[in-house]
Amino acid sequence: MYTQAMDTAPKEERKAVRTAEEAQLEARFEARIDDGAFIEAKDWMPEHYRKTLVRQISQHAHSEIVGMPPEGNWVTRAPTLKRKAILLAKIQDEGGHGLYLYAAAETLGVSRDQLLDALHTGRAKYSSIFNYPTLTWADIGVIGWLVDGAAIMNQVPLTRCSYAPYARAMVRICREESFHQRQGYDALMVMMRDGTDAQRALVQDAVNRWWWPSLMMFGPPDSESTHSAQSARWGIKRISNDDLRQKFVDATVEQAKVLGVTMPDPLLKWNDERQRHDFGPIDWDEFWRVVGGHGPCNKERLAARVKAWDDGAWVREAAMAHADKQARKQAVKEKAA
Amino acid sequence: MSDVKAEWPLWEVFVRPKAGLDHKHCGSLHAADAAMAVQMAREVYTRRQEGTSVWVVKSSDITASDPGDKDMYFDPMEDKVYRHPTFYELPEAVNHM
Repeated sequence: MYTQAMDTAPKEERKAVRTAEEAQLEARFEARIDDGAFIEAKDWMPEHYRKTLVRQISQHAHSEIVGMPPEGNWVTRAPTLKRKAILLAKIQDEGGHGLYLYAAAETLGVSRDQLLDALHTGRAKYSSIFNYPTLTWADIGVIGWLVDGAAIMNQVPLTRCSYAPYARAMVRICREESFHQRQGYDALMVMMRDGTDAQRALVQDAVNRWWWPSLMMFGPPDSESTHSAQSARWGIKRISNDDLRQKFVDATVEQAKVLGVTMPDPLLKWNDERQRHDFGPIDWDEFWRVVGGHGPCNKERLAARVKAWDDGAWVREAAMAHADKQARKQAVKEKAA
Repeated sequence: MSDVKAEWPLWEVFVRPKAGLDHKHCGSLHAADAAMAVQMAREVYTRRQEGTSVWVVKSSDITASDPGDKDMYFDPMEDKVYRHPTFYELPEAVNHM
């Protein structure tokens, strides 16, 4: 989802002075990348590569777990037991995705606590999309359809990222995301087909609210994107923001027709010449406002995360104390035997 | 925010996808002890019946070959092609022995 990290972080200066040995190692590293080889955790890598990946992977992980509260908001109010079970499974997946990604980031030499600390103190960002509220049950369907749909489009190229632990995590995640998208669309289909006029209106309202934020998920336009050509070479960014966004729009228009909803964009129409859909301008001021911490739910999301972490402190401590006690008991027993 | 920075130890998780196959490394997780690591491994790595058996090993207990020595360590096998059956050209009549 969640490659906005590349674009929203300040550009870092690369270290200019390198030793001859470093230059040689870097040349060898670049050659391996050019060969399409994978880089593993213990392999030598330039500091800039390591830093870029830690930032990207950890922000991706943060997005997965901050994505849980908006959906958790509807667990107790899911319309049927079946939908509740599906929603719980999806939310558990998001937690799982966060864990795969934190583990991948940790292979680069940062600790889980450092990563979480960066999130909890606001130093690290997560995807702008989760700072919008989930007002009705239709929002849950639309998140699956549009938000997870956009995420899939963004994430599939990452399965070929040069950093192998990240690529492996992405393979697993992409396999699971497909369920997320389909269950969302399925929930909306039921509302549109079997629902009342009021319920159908809820679906259209949710689409109206989530459409533009979903398009923003692909990050700023290429003309403003700060990602370097280097990230493209490293496979961290294989397809440009605008190209992915266009691909998403083209894929989604047909799905909206089948569903019987319209997108809130009067300029959205097929362009025969381009063989693509044209669409209206995106409000980038809104995007930067939300990224900058002033979206509708930024404070609430972060506060919920910090509270969950703080409230769970005694559990983490008790589990560790129990493990230590058991280990001591075992040691005494072995000594006696 | 809690001041306690006592992370649970890291465990490597190995899953046997189905009976008859090897356990395969599939990732890592933090857990207070081995029993909890097995429990968590089920939740994190086998939510869709990806396994029939799980092993967990404390990451700090794994000894690995040094990636820096990779060439020196593995290249000696490169010129020992006679270890492969395809090295031997036999008459057609007996080539599928």
